[in-house]
Amino acid sequence: MPDKPIEGEKRVFMTGNEVVAWAALVSGADIMYGYPITPQNEIMHYWTRLAPKYGREFLQTEDELSAGFTTIGGVLAGRKAFTATAGPGNTLMQEPMSMAEAMRLPTVVVIQQRGGPSTATVIYSQQEVTMTTLGGNGEGLRIVYSTATHQELFDYTIKAFNTAWKYRFPTFILGDGYQAKMRESLTIYDPASRGIELVEAEPFFGKPGVPGVDRPPTQLRNTYNVEEELYEVLEGYFKDYEKIAPEVAEHEAFDVEDADLVVVSHGVVSRACKAAVKELRQEGIKVGYFRPITLRPLPVDAIRETANKARQFLVVESANGQLARLLKEAAFGCPVEMLSLFKPGVGITAEDVVSRVKEIAG
Amino acid sequence: MSVQPAMPKSWRVDTKPHKFCPGCGHGLVLKALGQAIDELGIQDRAVFGCDIGCSLLAWDFFNVDTIQTHHGRTTPVITGLKRANPNLIGIAYMGDGGGYAIGSQHLVNAASRNEKITVILVNNTQYGMTGGQMAPTTLPGQKTETTPYGRDPEKTGYPTQGPEMVAAITREGAYVARGTVANLRQLKNYLKKALENQMAGNGFSFVEVLSTCPTNWRTNAEETWKMVEQELPKYFKVGEIKVPGQKEGEANG
Ligand SMILES: Cc1ncc(C[n+]2csc(CCOP(=O)(O)OP(=O)(O)O)c2C)c(N)n1
Ligand code: SF4
Repeated sequence: MPDKPIEGEKRVFMTGNEVVAWAALVSGADIMYGYPITPQNEIMHYWTRLAPKYGREFLQTEDELSAGFTTIGGVLAGRKAFTATAGPGNTLMQEPMSMAEAMRLPTVVVIQQRGGPSTATVIYSQQEVTMTTLGGNGEGLRIVYSTATHQELFDYTIKAFNTAWKYRFPTFILGDGYQAKMRESLTIYDPASRGIELVEAEPFFGKPGVPGVDRPPTQLRNTYNVEEELYEVLEGYFKDYEKIAPEVAEHEAFDVEDADLVVVSHGVVSRACKAAVKELRQEGIKVGYFRPITLRPLPVDAIRETANKARQFLVVESANGQLARLLKEAAFGCPVEMLSLFKPGVGITAEDVVSRVKEIAG
Repeated sequence: MSVQPAMPKSWRVDTKPHKFCPGCGHGLVLKALGQAIDELGIQDRAVFGCDIGCSLLAWDFFNVDTIQTHHGRTTPVITGLKRANPNLIGIAYMGDGGGYAIGSQHLVNAASRNEKITVILVNNTQYGMTGGQMAPTTLPGQKTETTPYGRDPEKTGYPTQGPEMVAAITREGAYVARGTVANLRQLKNYLKKALENQMAGNGFSFVEVLSTCPTNWRTNAEETWKMVEQELPKYFKVGEIKVPGQKEGEANG
């Protein structure tokens, strides 16, 4: 059985869902647990075709609650387990991921956002930002990468497995229906060929020896008897999260130094924003481009630095201000004025952004 | 001087005495399970998963790797674990609410897929942890906090026959039995067989255990015992229901 799915590098033309399956494979993912929902189905379709060739496993569960909890079981057994979902499936996924958060389990979940609320459309949105970053009961101690291109879907899926197992917080790749279904070219590669070291998975359960005799038993719970007990555990988690946040946070920006207005967006929408900013610059309008890549933790320092320089932020998203809410909190106290272009559940073009900027500029 | 009965070797001594109410059946089931683990010599590779409900009080009960998970979700957690490492012996331990109400679709689907795990479900005819509400297993006429005038089957149905359902939907290789804390020797035997069935890789193993909850039943020792020994078996037949290699109808208590 070949153990290297990809030797060196390969230029390919693929859908985003296929990219995720390949990325999970080269990340050393051992098992996927999944439940069908559009637009992420083909992740399972490709995985079930590729996995047996490389000794990897799959289980189609009865629902997303089960997909999330079986993923947790796989992680406890010390395997790189993952799942993928969208929309109402993401809603159900929040219960298991709250538990993964409570137990610091390195689960990996790929979300391909679709319209909401409820079943809405099966196509596209950026409306799962709040749920993915802060969903479930608890405080949202998790890591969320928002990808914009197929190349990033590949790069960040590899990274997600490494981040999850290194820091032990549930980790999400936040894609969307467009990224899931559209085809584009990218380079897929063996991580080793780029010097990327894969973080090893480790078993939580079933380590050598008899528990209680040769080693203490591993006993995990997420129910505490008294408030103080939980408080103490959480204090430790918050400290850990605060410490890793600056290491994990990522962003992309250009032309912000002298910009009066900075266009802020994430995910696939940032492609339209990038094109718009370039076009507006050519016309001599002083605009900048800023994009958080991690939506949780947010690149707070970079956001604040930009928000202290620019007069205005134009927040562009295919949602009704879910990113904007995160930005407002991050930039609280900065003198920046927050303006918006929201199209919940609808795609955004460079022309939309250009005309909104011109409208603002008067 | 009173002589303490010996604890199973797989029990964690420093967490005893346990946290269940006096007279609770959970402690007895866990004793039988501890003995079964000892006799099979699987303490090193058993994984114990407990649900929300009074079973969660067992999160540090054994010297065995343990996960205390969400209400009704112990079955998928243990399923995921077993799929990822078939060498482990996965034990999902839950109440009747966890198994037959909120987690029923996980139970049904794990049984249908013949997952090679062992599910132990403690039937105390109501929701213990939340203060004695009606469960799928509450007897007709039984008073609970949400059936204060007694359960009316016309409105809320009849008690779930869990093992019978599991036996009906599982295929060859499954082991299904109903034990009781009123017969611990038999119960240990069923639990052992359920674990052996998993170890042999045959298929899904399921044991329901008729158990006591004097706190919510508001019963004294005598009434508690009368309930579990006499009342419960009228609705829930104790015995083996499905045994691999045996023809249907051959299995017995
Ligand atoms: C999703 C969810 N809903 C409800 C609860 C509240 N809850 C805690 S324990 C419990 C009932 C447990 O009853 P059972 O499974 O019969 O076990 P027992 O306590 O009787 O042993 C409920 C409803 C919960 N923890 N999670
Ligand atoms: S409430 Fe009932 S089931 Fe729960 S510990 Fe007490 S006696 Fe046992």
